[in-house]
Amino acid sequence: MSVNLGVWVGALLTLGILSFLYRDNPVYKVCEAIFIGVSAGYWFVSLFWQNIQPKLYLNLRGAVETLASGGGIDSRWLYLIAGVLGVMMLMRLLPKAGWIARWPLAFIVGTTAGLYLITYLQSNAINQIHDTLVPLVGRGEGRFLFIALPFHVDWAALLVFIGTVSGLVYFFFSVEHTRLAGKTARLGIFFLMITFGASFGYTVMSRMSLLIGRMDFLVGDWLGLVH
Amino acid sequence: MVPLFLTAFVGTIFVIQFFVPHRPFSSMQGLLTDWVQIIVAFAIWLGALNLMRVSAESVSKREKGWPYAVIIIASFLLMAVIGFFFSGGTRFQDPGTPFDWMYQNVYNPLSATMFAMLAFYVASASYRAFRARNREATLLLLAGFLVMLGRVPVGDQITAFLPDGYRLSNLADLIMNIPNKAGQRAIMIGIALGIVSTSLRLILGIERSHLGGEA
Amino acid sequence: MSLLDRMLAVDRRWIFLLVAAAVTVPLFLELEQKIEVTQESRGVADALRALPAGSRVIMACDYDPGTAAEVQPMAITFLKYCLSHQLRVIIMGLWPQGPMQADLALRDALRDPAVAALNPQYGVDYVNLGFQSGNEVVIQRMGSDIPAVFPRDSRGRPIGEFPIMENVRNFGAVAYVFNISAGYPGTVEWIQFAGDRFHAPVGSGTTAVSAPLYYTYFPRQVTGVLGGMKGAAEFEALTGFPGKGSRFMLSQSFAHVVVILFIVLGNIAFFLSRRRKRRAEGAA
Repeated sequence: MSVNLGVWVGALLTLGILSFLYRDNPVYKVCEAIFIGVSAGYWFVSLFWQNIQPKLYLNLRGAVETLASGGGIDSRWLYLIAGVLGVMMLMRLLPKAGWIARWPLAFIVGTTAGLYLITYLQSNAINQIHDTLVPLVGRGEGRFLFIALPFHVDWAALLVFIGTVSGLVYFFFSVEHTRLAGKTARLGIFFLMITFGASFGYTVMSRMSLLIGRMDFLVGDWLGLVH
Repeated sequence: MVPLFLTAFVGTIFVIQFFVPHRPFSSMQGLLTDWVQIIVAFAIWLGALNLMRVSAESVSKREKGWPYAVIIIASFLLMAVIGFFFSGGTRFQDPGTPFDWMYQNVYNPLSATMFAMLAFYVASASYRAFRARNREATLLLLAGFLVMLGRVPVGDQITAFLPDGYRLSNLADLIMNIPNKAGQRAIMIGIALGIVSTSLRLILGIERSHLGGEA
Repeated sequence: MSLLDRMLAVDRRWIFLLVAAAVTVPLFLELEQKIEVTQESRGVADALRALPAGSRVIMACDYDPGTAAEVQPMAITFLKYCLSHQLRVIIMGLWPQGPMQADLALRDALRDPAVAALNPQYGVDYVNLGFQSGNEVVIQRMGSDIPAVFPRDSRGRPIGEFPIMENVRNFGAVAYVFNISAGYPGTVEWIQFAGDRFHAPVGSGTTAVSAPLYYTYFPRQVTGVLGGMKGAAEFEALTGFPGKGSRFMLSQSFAHVVVILFIVLGNIAFFLSRRRKRRAEGAA
């Protein structure tokens, strides 16, 4: 069994959270409240020392020192605008002045929109279409059953192509899903069900892995029963 | 009007900079990036401070569960004080600092256990709710079974009698690389097109929901 | 109450107990499991093996303690491999917890005999630049000016002090980007910006929840994907650094079998109950 105070604190907090599995209780609620508070504190401190202090405070301090030493106004004064926008964001805490937070919010939304417009089109649309179509056919000889073909066909890529197109047809609601569109959408559903089944399998794997980690901590690091 | 103009201006700069990575767009993009980083940091600060405001209100009004709000505030203040004043400033993450101790022995186990609880609920939900009611659900279940077994060593142990290349792990590979890839790709392309159109609407000012419906 | 009714009405706490047992008991057993390696995991290992000694790699740690059980073994193995093969590692993160988790992984890695033999030095063989807020905007900026995004390391020292950061301007100075990801921001953003925009080779170590999505990027947009704890076990097998990923595979196997049994039993009970109801309605 561990004699490290930190391990004991960790183990007791772990058991406190796990007690919820039996039923909701004050011990769990206390541990949950500690988690919420410590989480918020962690982010608060990290953002200050790693972002606000180096990027805002140090830049503005440098600008002030340069001005004070007669070096004139340098470009670091522009960070004052970022600081003002940041403080405007905090105004959201005040009911009457909360509207002013729309300005920095608009800034963030504009940045995200500008970036996503190009990158999602490039990486998640065009590149995906490229990777669906290009591997279908290649140079060299191929075969379909007993028929020789003057080109090579990647049958796995063909299945992916069929699955992708039928999945897209399923999500295309501007056309009624009848006749050919309906049959294609039906095929798409089958591909999507397999996709969701695979995702479910991986989700179970993920959650179980996290539990294994915790159990290893309790029986290994804390109780010392496993090495 | 000002927020709409800001969204359009900043969005346009980032779009143009993609195609013209030279001055003045490169320097504007650099400056705007730094500003965004600072604003995002304040936005997250807003979240933490709002949590404190809500907790303080809960305590002052003696709402149900107010003692837990006291614990939230106390934990936050403890972490903040330790991080700002007792952990060596910018070296707050160094091994051996009080902040590092709190991270390893309080935050780490709590966070890990919260997520680990999901394993129990996944198992319970699987038993109680996962039903093969129709062909689609059966297909989903079968795919899940094959992937779950194929992705752990026991799957190949069960099918050890089959030749190499035909075991459960190979079947799981096939499922992941063909139907899974196809379905994920269809969803991904659909979402990408939706994001592109929404981004364009935001930059052009047609979409204003982020401003609460008003400019 | 019949057996069927008891099966349908079982207290879920019994299910919780069985799951806990399924996961914990195998930890006491020492049964070696053969790890089958997928081409996605091989992609990461092969990409690293192709790098000459002295190459710089970025280890982008975008995860927190909540997902560390899955991805921390990948981080440890990655560091062990890089530091024992003289690949210089630049650690950073878009999640504040990521670089701290990397520090914990480093402590583990530095204890490995193969790594300790080379005596890697901070600032020369590895450096931790810490966290920056801004999500994908950070990656975008790194594409043109890494020192502007990370003027100091995680301890506040100017990066100009460190030989590893000499002449590092953008992704052109970096041979590989390995992203350990638990969600947003993560692998998708690194692929979109570092990979597709700035043509940096990107590899991913990710939680199993996200892994199915990343198959769509493989192999052109991402060189390899390590998915969940199985991915960590595969990476350990490929690099020759056994660790927790491999050790936990037995528990993982038991857990999966138990969940499948639950689903099968639940469905049997459901269908039998439905048949009984139909018979009773028919009789009535």
